[in-house]
Amino acid sequence: MGEPRFLSPLLESRRVWHGRAQPAPADGIPSGWPTLDQALPQGGWPAHALSEILLPADGVGELQLVLPALGRLATRERPVLVVAPPYLPGVAGWSARGVDMRHVLVVGAVGSEILWAMEQGLRSAACGAVLGWPGEADDRALRRLQVAADTGRTPAFLFRDRRHAAQASPAALRIELETRPQPQWRVRKCRGGQPPAQAFALSRAGA
Amino acid sequence: MLWACIVLPHLALDTLLRRQPPDAEAPPLVLIDGPLQARHVLDADEVARAAGIAPGQPLATAHALLARFDAVAHDVALTIRQHDLLAAWAYRYSAEVLRLSGDAIALEVQRSQRLFGDWPGFERKLRDDLAAMGFRHRLALAPTPLAARALADAADGAALTEPGQLRAQLAKLPLVHAKLPDDLHEAFARMGVHRLGALLALPRAGLRRRFGAALLEHLDDLLGERPIPRPRYVPPDRFDTRIAFNFDVENLAALAFPLRRLTGDLATFLAGRDGGVQRFVLGLGHRGRAPTRVVIGLLQPEREAGALFESARSRLERIVLARPVEWLRLRADELPPFVPGGRDLFDLRPEHALPLAQLQERLRARLGDDAVYRLEATPDPRPEHAQRIATDDSRAATPTTLPRPTWLLPQPVPLRTHGLRVLAGPERIESGWWDGGDLRRDYYVLETAEGQRAWAFCPAGERPGPQAGWMLHGWFA
Repeated sequence: MGEPRFLSPLLESRRVWHGRAQPAPADGIPSGWPTLDQALPQGGWPAHALSEILLPADGVGELQLVLPALGRLATRERPVLVVAPPYLPGVAGWSARGVDMRHVLVVGAVGSEILWAMEQGLRSAACGAVLGWPGEADDRALRRLQVAADTGRTPAFLFRDRRHAAQASPAALRIELETRPQPQWRVRKCRGGQPPAQAFALSRAGA
Repeated sequence: MLWACIVLPHLALDTLLRRQPPDAEAPPLVLIDGPLQARHVLDADEVARAAGIAPGQPLATAHALLARFDAVAHDVALTIRQHDLLAAWAYRYSAEVLRLSGDAIALEVQRSQRLFGDWPGFERKLRDDLAAMGFRHRLALAPTPLAARALADAADGAALTEPGQLRAQLAKLPLVHAKLPDDLHEAFARMGVHRLGALLALPRAGLRRRFGAALLEHLDDLLGERPIPRPRYVPPDRFDTRIAFNFDVENLAALAFPLRRLTGDLATFLAGRDGGVQRFVLGLGHRGRAPTRVVIGLLQPEREAGALFESARSRLERIVLARPVEWLRLRADELPPFVPGGRDLFDLRPEHALPLAQLQERLRARLGDDAVYRLEATPDPRPEHAQRIATDDSRAATPTTLPRPTWLLPQPVPLRTHGLRVLAGPERIESGWWDGGDLRRDYYVLETAEGQRAWAFCPAGERPGPQAGWMLHGWFA
């Protein structure tokens, strides 16, 4: 072991990896859920990247997770694009959570057209956010979406079945809903930080 | 006034050549004219000219010179339409446009220079446009349209801006360029008059007696000694152009280039009118069959060539070509005013960024006109009628205090699952007796074993048991 003073030239020469020297910039989009914001390194949803939301079934609270953020993202100039939703968005339900439905564009598409429409929406930079239910999507397709979200500087939310959790994904954030022992969200992957070890629950107010 | 004259020496041939991408494999093209027994060459492309084919030759001579070429009969109506389209193009540069006989266009440019800059730069703009459209041309500037015409014939690119020098400059020109009525220059050549100056020196009274008043009027027009009586060009109120092919087109990919030309021409026409187009029709002609019609509707008036081409092409890609295409036609009847969208000076949008309207067009073009929509709330309390697809600018919904799901099923379906737990309810919805859609239901919020929250109902007044007939109508997602 050398003397401690030999350490500083080594560090200054930048040949030694430091781990994470600086905290990730807090440029996330506030999700409206304090527990979720705390768990994410950017302090919210990744602003120009793909977020993957993994679910056991439809109707378990996936919209309630994103609707507070959508309420802020949907504007007249940049509406929110909802591509191939599994059901009709309920106007009363969305409005009650603060989303102005005049600024939500629903796009009906099937098969590979879903990914195409999402990519167009992301790349155009004309949308506040793009939500999509693509069903099957391989690693290459997800990477294209991630690149499109980055070039268009638009947040993307991808809703998929929980069985895709094992598949590798280029998404900046992967968050999964666990049903046992009780419903709670677990961050599987988050760019810019270690996923928190603890799962957390959202208070289901208003349902 | 200063007039620019654009002479299109190969208008008829260029009209045919610009329809297809340049192809080294294609046979040379020769344009022929005249009655069936006495066909002669009107114009020929470069390859054919290199083989010795020249305008005026009988068709038999051309066949002797070159073994294989495409002989296309001159379509006068088509050339006139193209001439009109070029006038529409010129109209974007000047309010005063004249169509001169013999494939030339004159436009007044002195007043336009304030907008388009001095003549050398202006001239480059005109030449760039013509080259992009695929027309060979000669161009000159003079104080009168006919003088500009004569100068363009004599020296491409000449610019004569001083009215005082007009007579002196014109006097030097060979008489053939003056384009005298009834080909009088041949008669004058036999009289020994070869230059315009010699003609202008002859006594007017004698000329009038021998050749009539038309010659003197032409000379006056040339020198600007009488007002220009020709009707000014007014662009038509609709656009209708078609491209006929020399061969049958079997696949859609081969239509891309002609389609780009047509939409480009449409954009040029619209720019001249300062208008846009919201709906246009593509017609695909088949031999002996009714043409295939493809209607392209846009959300708002558009006139950018690239956007028009893209929406037209993506709609065209969706059709199945059952039989070969003989001609392609683009027709636009409604040309509403066009208001370009504003952009912020400091707009930091990334590259590839697309305006929202164009994104919607692109999605609609590929996924169908009904695929992109907004939803709006209605005052109807019945869940099936509480929302609809918004038609125009919809109203903001007033949030209700009663629980309403975020996912709505288009039709209620039986909910067959065990372990349901009632979280809230009942809420009775009883309405609709006035239009036959009468319903009486008690709505409950249920939780399934998987943690889903369902919005389900049963007939009013029937207390649901564990196996009761729940009808699922939505999810609180």
